[in-house]
Amino acid sequence: MNFHAPHMDYAGLSPVIALTAGLCIVLLSAVFKSVRRAAPFLSLLTLGATAGFLIWQWNDPTELVSGALRLDDLAISISLIAVLTAGFAVLLSIREPAVDSVGSGEYHALLLGSVLGMTLLAQATNLVTFFVAIETLSIPLYILCAANLRREKSLESGLKYLIVGSLGSATLLYGMAMLYGGSGSTGFTGIAAGISQKGVLGDPLVLVGIGLTAVGLAFKTSIAPFHQWTPDVYEGAPTPITGFMAVATKAAAFAVFVRFFDVALISQASEWQPALAVLAAISIVVGNVGALGQNSLKRLLGYSGVAQAGYILGGLVVASEAGVNALVFYLAGYALMNLAAFAVVVARERETVYGDHIDGVRGLGAERPALAWPLTISMLALAGLPATVGFIGKLYLIEALVEGDYTWLAVFIAIGTMISLAYYLRVVAAMWMRPAGETAAPAIAGASPEADPIDPEAGHRIYLLAPAALAAAATVFFGVIPQPLVEFAQHAGASLF
Amino acid sequence: MTNSLLWTPLAFGLIGLAVPRRYVGWWATLGAAATLGIAIALLAGFDSGAAGLQDTVDVNWIPGLGVDYSLGIDGLNVFLLALTAVLWTAGTAFAAFREQRRPHLFFLMMLLGETATLGSFLAQDLLLFVLFFDLMLVPFYFLFGAWGSDREDGPTAAAATLKMIVYTLIGSLLMMVAAIATAIISAQHGGHLTFSIAELAKHPIGEGSQRWIFWFFAAAFLVKMPAFLLHGWMPDAYRAAPLPALAVFSGVLAKVGAYGFLRVVLPLFPAATVEFQTVILLIALASILYGSVMAFTQTNVRLVAGYSSVAQLGFITAGIFALSADGADGAVLQMVNHGLVVAPLFVIVALLAERSGTEDLRKMGGMATKAPVLAALFLIVTLATLAMPGSANFIGEFYILNGLFNAKIVFAFIAISGVAMSAYYALRLYQRTMHNRKAGGVESREIGWHDGIVLIPLVLCILGLALYPQLILKRTDASAAQAVAATEGPSRGSAKTLQRGSRRAFWQTPSTALTTTEAPQ
Repeated sequence: MNFHAPHMDYAGLSPVIALTAGLCIVLLSAVFKSVRRAAPFLSLLTLGATAGFLIWQWNDPTELVSGALRLDDLAISISLIAVLTAGFAVLLSIREPAVDSVGSGEYHALLLGSVLGMTLLAQATNLVTFFVAIETLSIPLYILCAANLRREKSLESGLKYLIVGSLGSATLLYGMAMLYGGSGSTGFTGIAAGISQKGVLGDPLVLVGIGLTAVGLAFKTSIAPFHQWTPDVYEGAPTPITGFMAVATKAAAFAVFVRFFDVALISQASEWQPALAVLAAISIVVGNVGALGQNSLKRLLGYSGVAQAGYILGGLVVASEAGVNALVFYLAGYALMNLAAFAVVVARERETVYGDHIDGVRGLGAERPALAWPLTISMLALAGLPATVGFIGKLYLIEALVEGDYTWLAVFIAIGTMISLAYYLRVVAAMWMRPAGETAAPAIAGASPEADPIDPEAGHRIYLLAPAALAAAATVFFGVIPQPLVEFAQHAGASLF
Repeated sequence: MTNSLLWTPLAFGLIGLAVPRRYVGWWATLGAAATLGIAIALLAGFDSGAAGLQDTVDVNWIPGLGVDYSLGIDGLNVFLLALTAVLWTAGTAFAAFREQRRPHLFFLMMLLGETATLGSFLAQDLLLFVLFFDLMLVPFYFLFGAWGSDREDGPTAAAATLKMIVYTLIGSLLMMVAAIATAIISAQHGGHLTFSIAELAKHPIGEGSQRWIFWFFAAAFLVKMPAFLLHGWMPDAYRAAPLPALAVFSGVLAKVGAYGFLRVVLPLFPAATVEFQTVILLIALASILYGSVMAFTQTNVRLVAGYSSVAQLGFITAGIFALSADGADGAVLQMVNHGLVVAPLFVIVALLAERSGTEDLRKMGGMATKAPVLAALFLIVTLATLAMPGSANFIGEFYILNGLFNAKIVFAFIAISGVAMSAYYALRLYQRTMHNRKAGGVESREIGWHDGIVLIPLVLCILGLALYPQLILKRTDASAAQAVAATEGPSRGSAKTLQRGSRRAFWQTPSTALTTTEAPQ
């Protein structure tokens, strides 16, 4: 009897291998006292190597692990977004109180673990890898949300995320089981073949399966009405982790959302399109209205993320190549805009007593232009004003929607954007049109033992200023010269259709 | 040349960030003056007989989305560009003479505003137009919000500005959807995706689509003007705004809306334009009447000017929707005229406020006693505002009314009353401030040389145009005729009969007017 070792495509697996190896090294570094402080550096190195391998595999789609994964340009572009965001999160985590309370090695290893889940999720073409990846992504995040052990809110956030996230995962798994039962396959292409014979409406098992899977994914991408966890978790989690979750989790979950619906269920597009369109519309309204009264910047960004998820879902609704292009473009732009905002929030949180309260950025324009500009650009971009990547992103989405005969959803995006101005510009107004806040400690934080120590120099530290400036500059750059990013997104769309 | 006109202000603004605090205002004024120089050079080289675009720039900007960076100059925009450059030079100089808080940012925003405004006049690609149209809001959001004045009895400057932004962006976001829909629907009937206005005008889209797209565009433009019912943002924003910014805002930005009708709506959606002509004319008339009546009663000098603008923009809209070459000619001339009177008016408002410490008409009076030059300049501006025969405003209104008489005689009769009313509010403003008994706390002081060099050139422009309005009319004529041609072009006969039919219908009931104007094919 001959034994054949399975063929391994090491080149295709290289990003995953690099991440796994880096993760182990970072975790081990916590054991040795002499290299304990090198964890952030090692994490950045790992992320850099992963990015290098991903770019190396660009434009060379390969099936991996007998068809369970597929490393195409969609997977690579989304993984790059996740890796970039993680790199930002590592920088923003320097001197973060949460890092000290769980240990630098563990913290960074968990972060890398989550990125590993995201790269796998972006490549998943099989229900099993899909589920394994989504859990690999989520479990480290449950812990990271609770990483700031001295703050009650952080613990609450971790617990909430764990419970709601598990519910989402359970729903997803239930739906997957039904889909497998109905179609007889776990591979996306197999499901497509299995379903198209009978049609969705003829088979209640498949119909319910699709519904539950969609709900599970809506939980992960925080699409209303499955978004309730988002503001609370975002507010409680350590801010660098909030930024990471807001961007990278959303990107990875949308990648599999797209792949699942545009590959496995594409033949039934006309059945699920209206349902997702309604979800998108609800999300746009709920997110934008919810953000209006928020005083916590993190909660505000959380609700804004719900609304933005609604816009992004529009790219999926049309089930077309242009739609996927627009979706990937918007996700990339969304990453840049949000990272600039979160970097500033981190800085203000550490140097003022206001935490992430909107008063913390009052008078920032006159006092700290280097912090005020990135946040201003980020807010204007999220509001979709021109000369930013947010404008082009909306334009791209609307173009895809109108082309796909979903003009009404495009009008919804326009109306949602109009509502969103009220809260985005509130932040801008606080920075430029109000005098600086009182420096004396307000009752919000006081000297309670829970409060994190204040670092009055935080706003001048290069590891916060540089990411903020970089993300803001990229936001404007791609708003003026969007063609490179458009081509990047077009590669992603072309890999599915 | 076109490119340098567009980007010179922004370039100066950005370099200005490195200029020492004391000189940044002068640097910005230099930038605006340089732009004015380029604009004059363009005007001098303009071929007045041609209807088509000149000095075009056309670059594939985002090939993936079909968006081009294409600019061009024709009779419709050449004088609006010149107006923009003139008013910005004056506004920037006026601001430079006065102490500004955070001057670097202030002047950067002023110049960014100029680039955005020039861009929306120059853009020949529909999405590029939308982009610049939206971009105009950003600098003015900062200018009004951060340098504006909070009111004791009303909203703060930030709140008033937010209201303005939300109002205007409703329109312009819907316009973005409409612009994209226009291009995509047009591409579906064969051909590639393009947003070029000239290309799109060659193959107008189906009538059903034109109907809703027309209103999305109209909403954006009517809010910007502002027209009656959509003017809710105007009083608060005008009271909050810093005057140098308000002078250019009121002088130029409002015109972008009217210009948009001529540039985009008439050529691209001719059937819908004919169909909804009566509705828009009704809105225009309402603006004239409402704006005039409000201007009678306001006690805040800014709001007198603000509501008079509502009325004037109503006139301009009526001229455009007369759908005749005369009306469009007059509208373009009147846009320039109104810009040239309203900007000095706001400068004068600033001077009056400096002399009396208030912007309340009731607390002013007798300002002319020791300031004959100021009084004379103000009088010229006032007479131009009320379209005194001999002023270019008279010619503009005459053209508009002439066009309107030929198209819709009833509307023309009502519009004429606006001319009479403008005399009342303009003279009331003049008398209450300059004549009457000298009020307590009012100091009658002659203008200094630095205000003179801002005001006098603007007044000279008014006088110059009064002597030779043909300067504009001659160059505008061909393009204006071309802009309205589409609405009577392919279906000339039917459009004529429709106009007659709808006029008859208007005598009967307004509701039947709408149904009879449907579907000219």
